[in-house]
Amino acid sequence: MAEVAPLVVRDVHKKFNELEVLKGVSLQAQKGDVISLIGSSGSGKSTFLRCINLLEVPTSGEIEVHGEQIKFLTTRKGERKPADNRQVEKMRSRLSMVFQSFNLWSHMTVLDNVIEAPVNVLGISKKEAMERAESYLQKVGIWERRNYYPAQMSGGQQQRAAIARALAMEPDVMLFDEPTSALDPELVGEVLKVMRSLAEEGRTMIVVTHEMAFAKDVSSHVMFLHQGRIEEEGPPSKVFDNPDSERVRQFLAPKY
Amino acid sequence: MIEYLFDFHGYGPSIMKGALLTIEVGFLALLLSLLLGLIGASAKLSNSKTAKGIATFYTTTIRGVPDLVLMLLIFYGGQVLINSALDWINYDLPEILLKNFDLEVAIELPWINIDQFVAGVGSIGFIFGAYMTETFRGAFMAVDRGQIEAGYAYGMTKWKVFSRIMFPQMMRHALPGLGNNWLVLLKTTALVSIIGLADMVRLASEASKAVHQPFKFFIPVVIVYLLLTSISEWVIKLLERRYSAGVVKG
Repeated sequence: MAEVAPLVVRDVHKKFNELEVLKGVSLQAQKGDVISLIGSSGSGKSTFLRCINLLEVPTSGEIEVHGEQIKFLTTRKGERKPADNRQVEKMRSRLSMVFQSFNLWSHMTVLDNVIEAPVNVLGISKKEAMERAESYLQKVGIWERRNYYPAQMSGGQQQRAAIARALAMEPDVMLFDEPTSALDPELVGEVLKVMRSLAEEGRTMIVVTHEMAFAKDVSSHVMFLHQGRIEEEGPPSKVFDNPDSERVRQFLAPKY
Repeated sequence: MIEYLFDFHGYGPSIMKGALLTIEVGFLALLLSLLLGLIGASAKLSNSKTAKGIATFYTTTIRGVPDLVLMLLIFYGGQVLINSALDWINYDLPEILLKNFDLEVAIELPWINIDQFVAGVGSIGFIFGAYMTETFRGAFMAVDRGQIEAGYAYGMTKWKVFSRIMFPQMMRHALPGLGNNWLVLLKTTALVSIIGLADMVRLASEASKAVHQPFKFFIPVVIVYLLLTSISEWVIKLLERRYSAGVVKG
């Protein structure tokens, strides 16, 4: 019997007032998949990622985590919202997110950031959380800075700390929302290196990115979004080297 | 000379008691105002139009009317309001029930005299709740949206996001305003002497009238207030330091 896919998203639409940002996007992630979402700004890729863990509630469409479908209801005003907050919280604790602007909790040290959710959401003991924190902070190379506050570190270090925070949840799927877009060009490499090592370990990752080389080398599957739809998808060799779509070809063409 | 300075004609202990009452009224009113402020700020920042409307009415009226007028209104007006309500329940309601429903009931609720202490704490707390609402509202808005979002994204409940992230980060922005409100509140407690509460201002005033030595009794009052406010400022500074963890100054 085939394993249940950790994440299935079906036909997600998202409207902000009258503006339809997503016009039916689907995705299926098997264990160990690294799926890159690429496309120009405003194509809906970040919104799609935020719909997956319900930071934005999709106007329609279904989300399944490990075979469990998220339940929705419609309010009297006609807005769609999750029916069961506890189900959403449980689901979110299985999907860790890494943000473009890091969003480390600024009033906590790096170490406290990493143990916060495992202790307060997963309910594991502080001792166990500390062990996890040590191993993941070492993996991303900032164990020495565990007692620093986020504001005392460079962007690259902050993003690596944020990745350690995500890993400490030992999630089924990791969501990356343009993790290197807010970094100085010099610091991009250190974050990509960590992400590449995670992919090699067989972690399931969904990555919204503008780093084409990373998408091409590391992902198992690439989705190109354009105006809220999937313009083209497939293995990187197909999308990058031999795309069907004229729009994709244009996007990937050397600019100068 | 020294003996003369410290001769309070036997009023010393009673003024000390008054000082204690001032502190009690101040502290309890502070707690009430913090609670009302948190509720008011949550209402103002909520999506509910009704909650927003009520909170806006509250802050607009309270902040627009002198504290003394409000205190008199709550103390005397509240008394009249409660007693006419009791009046209606005791006399009019049985009559209406008898006339319309043929029900014979006897209701005898006792008269209520608003306790001066409760009225004092209640009105000062209620007044400063409006100022606290504004302080908290501004402080909550100053918390970066991404900080809160990260909490939700990691599966935290609303309460966890509030208690672990929003509250500690909001406090840093709120403390300067809170400290200010507290100092004004503490000084406003002097108004409770108007509604007959024996705080240190009232006792000092009575004592000075009795022995015709205003300086002798008001100077200690000034010193007690200064002492309380100085201690407060020190505590506020400690709290500010605590809630500034992680902030790089520069």
